[in-house]
Amino acid sequence: MAMSDRFLPLAHAPERATSETAFTKVVLIGIAVLFLVAILFLPLVTVFVEALRKGWGTLFENFGDPDTLSAIRLTLLVAAIAVPFNAVVGLAASWCIAKFEFKGRNLLLTLIDLPFSISPVISGLVYVLLFGAQGWLGPWLSAHDIQIIFAVPGIVLATVLVTFPFVARELIPLMQSQGTSEEEAALMLGASGWHTFFKVTLPNVKWALLYGVLLCNARAMGEFGAVSVVSGHIRGLTNTMPLHIEILYNEYNFVGAFAVASLLTGLALITLLAKTLLEWRFAGELAAKAHRH
Amino acid sequence: MTFLPSSLRRPSALPGFGLALGFTLAALGVIVLVPLAALVLRAASIGPADFLAIARDPRTLAALRLSFGAALIAALINTVFGLLVAWVLVRYRFPGRRFIDAAVDLPFALPTAVAGISMAAIYAPNGPIGSIAQNFGLKIAYTPLGIVLALVFIGLPFVVRTVQPVLEEVESDIEEASALLGASRLRTVFQVVLPHVYPALLTGFALAFARGVGEYGSVIFIAGNIPLVSEIAPLLIVIKLEEFDYGGATVIATLMLAISFAMLFLINAIQGWSRTEYGNV
Repeated sequence: MAMSDRFLPLAHAPERATSETAFTKVVLIGIAVLFLVAILFLPLVTVFVEALRKGWGTLFENFGDPDTLSAIRLTLLVAAIAVPFNAVVGLAASWCIAKFEFKGRNLLLTLIDLPFSISPVISGLVYVLLFGAQGWLGPWLSAHDIQIIFAVPGIVLATVLVTFPFVARELIPLMQSQGTSEEEAALMLGASGWHTFFKVTLPNVKWALLYGVLLCNARAMGEFGAVSVVSGHIRGLTNTMPLHIEILYNEYNFVGAFAVASLLTGLALITLLAKTLLEWRFAGELAAKAHRH
Repeated sequence: MTFLPSSLRRPSALPGFGLALGFTLAALGVIVLVPLAALVLRAASIGPADFLAIARDPRTLAALRLSFGAALIAALINTVFGLLVAWVLVRYRFPGRRFIDAAVDLPFALPTAVAGISMAAIYAPNGPIGSIAQNFGLKIAYTPLGIVLALVFIGLPFVVRTVQPVLEEVESDIEEASALLGASRLRTVFQVVLPHVYPALLTGFALAFARGVGEYGSVIFIAGNIPLVSEIAPLLIVIKLEEFDYGGATVIATLMLAISFAMLFLINAIQGWSRTEYGNV
């Protein structure tokens, strides 16, 4: 580029110097697109190609498999508990962190983010050390006939831990930027605290809340490492969809594994679509982009 | 309201502080802090001699070296290509740009196990890319190279999404000034524009690296999981747990956590430094 530039007339200099030549642009776009095709699109397409290797009929047969159905039910159940719980925690956390100033606020923020920097496997391990047969509370739990590890409660706990920061992360920066004046006005006019929260605060953050819930749900339904450690992999009982994929794959039932994978991929695509629509439509009402993740 | 003494909290007209903080702390404690404390207590109860014996076990060291090494290489690749993707998305207009912009978040949305089996199918010796590589005598799946590829997939959005908003805010004035002063385009980009992005790039690198170190689902299908060769640290934790070796699992987890927290500390330090240096990043 530098070589050919020398021969251009001087009058063009400022223009070309604040932008790349058309050739450079095409090359850079080409490299970026090739990279994304190889890294992102190829795995995406492969899921559907492999799932349909034996045709649509086999695909739907795989969906109807009793173990697959029970894995789908468990995944939905776990998400139905973990996501609302983390949404409520996210709202409570963002209310106190964004609307009040107190000592230790940054520490609290760091602690809420903590699960992002922990390996999913460790997120499962900590519950095994706490509730497992050889864990701190293991003897007491077995004496009272309560099972948490290798059962649904452990799967729910591990999923809640892994997805803990998702909703709070979206709400806190937005609520901080919105300040407290609208709430103060509502209170001054005689509204109760809860009334103010539901009629003023919640409508102001509803799209960011939905955005956080979408990401939280995608991770909750797709979580593998943490759930794998606490589940015990009991077919039909403690297998979530991602764990069921692993079992089918290890049994060399590749078409079956990719059939379940195609369902989760469909969920991922819907999540991406909804998320993108929210970003286009309500960019101003979502948290600043720079603070995502 | 009486949760904290007034000296620790600035007075506010809004109610519900005590309730919200109390609920948040209770959830945080039960879900995050108490379980993590169980890990730390367990590690402390092992005793320094046993702890070191597990930590110095060749298999442990090989697994940690592989997890951190593969994550480092993948994060470096993502730093280069993530910057390129962010640059192309911010600076150029071309058909399909918004589609590609949305697709960058795919690794955030796609379950790791799905990515894992899919990449294993692509890069296995009988897969579409694996078979081509095989002709050149290159084995991708079931080697550390496959692990790096899986971690590139997982880490990419961290770099792109950290760099993109910063790149969008770089003012064109400084580029014009640089050009008018006679700098070549290459020099303007590398010495005027990109320095603004370096703090964000470093943060994106650290985030991708930290995520890669702990990654499990996308890696184990493509890794081959051969002890001392392609066995990552999180997998070794799972294996120790399956052998009911809670002590071994605890030591490896503690080592990983210690390094992860050092990373978190570094990220915060970088962000603090970049804020004073370049304003809000």
